[in-house]
Amino acid sequence: MPTDLLYGAEVVLNGLMAGVLYALVALGFVLIYKASGIFNYAQGVMALFAALTLVGIMEGQVPFSHLINAAFGTDIHHFGWHVPAFAAILLTLAVMVGFAYLVQRFVFRHLVGQEPIILFMATIGLAYFLEGVGDLMWGSEIKKMAVGLPQGGSLWVEENTQWLGFGNEDFYGFFIDKLDMVATVIAVVLVLALVAFSQYTKQGRAMRAVADDHQAALSVGVSLNFIWILVWSLAGFVALVAGIMWGAKSGVQFSLSLIALKALPVLMLGGFTSIPGAIVGGLIIGVGEKLFEFSFGPMLGGATENWFAYVLALVFLVFRPQGLFGEKIIERV
Amino acid sequence: MKMKLGTMAVAAVMAASPVMADLVFPSLSYRTGPYAAGGIPFADGYADYMNLLNARDGGIGGVMTSVPECETGYNTEKGVECYESTKGEGALVYQPLSTGITYQLIPKATADGIPIHSMGYGRTSAANGDVFSNVFNYPANYWNGASGAINYLMSQGDLAGKKIALVYHNSAYGKEPIRTLEDLSKKHGFKLTLLPVDHPGQEQKSQWLQIRREKPDNVIMYGWGVMNQVAVQEAANIRYPMEDFIGIWWSGSENDVLPAGDAANGYKALTFHGVGNDFPVFEDIQKYVVDAGNAAGAGDQIGTVLYNRGLYAAMLAAEAAKTAQEIHGTADITAAMMRDGMEALEITEAKMAALGLPGFGPEFNVSCANHGGPGLVGMTQWDASAKTWSLINEFAPSDMDVIQPLIDEDSAAYAAENKIASSCK
Repeated sequence: MPTDLLYGAEVVLNGLMAGVLYALVALGFVLIYKASGIFNYAQGVMALFAALTLVGIMEGQVPFSHLINAAFGTDIHHFGWHVPAFAAILLTLAVMVGFAYLVQRFVFRHLVGQEPIILFMATIGLAYFLEGVGDLMWGSEIKKMAVGLPQGGSLWVEENTQWLGFGNEDFYGFFIDKLDMVATVIAVVLVLALVAFSQYTKQGRAMRAVADDHQAALSVGVSLNFIWILVWSLAGFVALVAGIMWGAKSGVQFSLSLIALKALPVLMLGGFTSIPGAIVGGLIIGVGEKLFEFSFGPMLGGATENWFAYVLALVFLVFRPQGLFGEKIIERV
Repeated sequence: MKMKLGTMAVAAVMAASPVMADLVFPSLSYRTGPYAAGGIPFADGYADYMNLLNARDGGIGGVMTSVPECETGYNTEKGVECYESTKGEGALVYQPLSTGITYQLIPKATADGIPIHSMGYGRTSAANGDVFSNVFNYPANYWNGASGAINYLMSQGDLAGKKIALVYHNSAYGKEPIRTLEDLSKKHGFKLTLLPVDHPGQEQKSQWLQIRREKPDNVIMYGWGVMNQVAVQEAANIRYPMEDFIGIWWSGSENDVLPAGDAANGYKALTFHGVGNDFPVFEDIQKYVVDAGNAAGAGDQIGTVLYNRGLYAAMLAAEAAKTAQEIHGTADITAAMMRDGMEALEITEAKMAALGLPGFGPEFNVSCANHGGPGLVGMTQWDASAKTWSLINEFAPSDMDVIQPLIDEDSAAYAAENKIASSCK
């Protein structure tokens, strides 16, 4: 097989893996938008906050320690214990559920029936507030995400694909990041679990009912407050998963909130209301941007991925405004 | 009545006496946002050194210093707002700590007569003081860094026929070394590959797959923020030898290597100042600043690379202020006097040793024509097990035969565009 073709195949494989990571971020947006019509600007910051909380709990960091020390003249930073990763993940989930409750109780409960733009602006405020709280709680330094995820290229894949080069010394076998492989498995499990939850559980069906017509759902006794807390909790859970995966790549730091930028073209392409759409959209964006960079990047000076993802999404928007899997909105006049 | 008149007389005399205002060194810091991890230690180092001077020496020349902080969030518009809101407080010198903010402030500060010190960043051709009268970028700039990296590699072996890749932040900052490296590649016969990374740099798979395919002998990186951590991790993922990977000084702090853990061992970074806390000044900082409860931050950044850089910037500002006081014979200096002090600054080993910073940086002089200093560049290497940076190559000269014509060309274009007359008569 020609080497360029093999390199192209490697780029496609890595694009698929990158797409899964984009889809993980996009999923959080979809869950909230589908159930409440809110475009949650704070989703990226939620991933950051969840990752900060997870690492803080694992390392036994005292929350708000700088504030406490400044106010009381103390010098405390750590409890002196380390919490195992699994227990810390559960505790972080509890924090994200608490966050969902507070968001519902103090923000969106008072905004029911408001215009979508008002709800969107509320999430902008929420994003900056949560970023500030995260800073005060856990500090701004970069932290290592040590939850035991594998790092580095898979030697097994590399060695077992080297034969494809038929003795060509320029081909070293396919490179696939072990972390990306884990992320793919987790994303598949996550999507299956979310689909099963929404199809086969009482709460899931109630969630879908609210998504279809919240007034009709209210009339048959579904609690809107409960559903919104549930949805924000699920989005918090997805944010935690995204925060772990992206945090493992770059360390946990405040630029994690910018991963939301990677989700936008995925949402434009896959649709704001479809869980499978987020996955397929992520894969198309991932493969598309990587292949374009591989094929045309050198001619165009490189760094084409960011803008090409949006061009690709715009092309899809022109022909299918609701996205690949989004619901077509028809309003009678 | 007599008592009242006496009191009034004393009060009148006190009011009439000249009151020494503080020497104001504004800090355009960023303690929040995506780049906070880099902004906090620098701001802490800058403020702690000024606090040390106040507590230990009674300020500079008997006048206390003050460091009003303004949060820029590493945002250019906010940086300009910070400049406008603090310049009226008697600002002596600005450290914008951002290339974008520096570019915006160059014409403003020049018109206001306030000097800028963009140490190791900003507009490289500002080293030409004949054109940029109020801008200083000593002791080293981006082009010195690029040349320093090549000189270091040449000290390890001939570069003819070798392949070097530049992984850079796709911004004005990241593009700075390209011209220098292109000229150096012609001069020394190595092949240069350019690999831009878009902001913020969280996804670099394409660039590192290309590096894996093309196997360059060395990779040089001009990154900032999350781009650095991701690049080091990606290099480790493809098993690129860390010893062959060199970052500019903005890609060489503890922040950049700690997330990758042991895999970052051996990574190298350029520097223009000392690393670690094995200098006498840190004992004074502990005693007079931290123990006294006056540390700028939580006190947990002392001795880190970026803290040391902030401290070094403060030391250079304080020494320039002392020089200005000597030149003008007054302790209460203005921004214009500060500029004169910066232009006449001399940093000697004896001076650094007396300040508790022996061997912390290179010796250098500033002149009217040369605001960039000698461009001496050192090399550091990361030890992942000890979690420390070590200076592995002393501060060495960069290739001014290549750099000076580039400085002259760029500054001449700026002078022509802005109709600037020569300021060094």
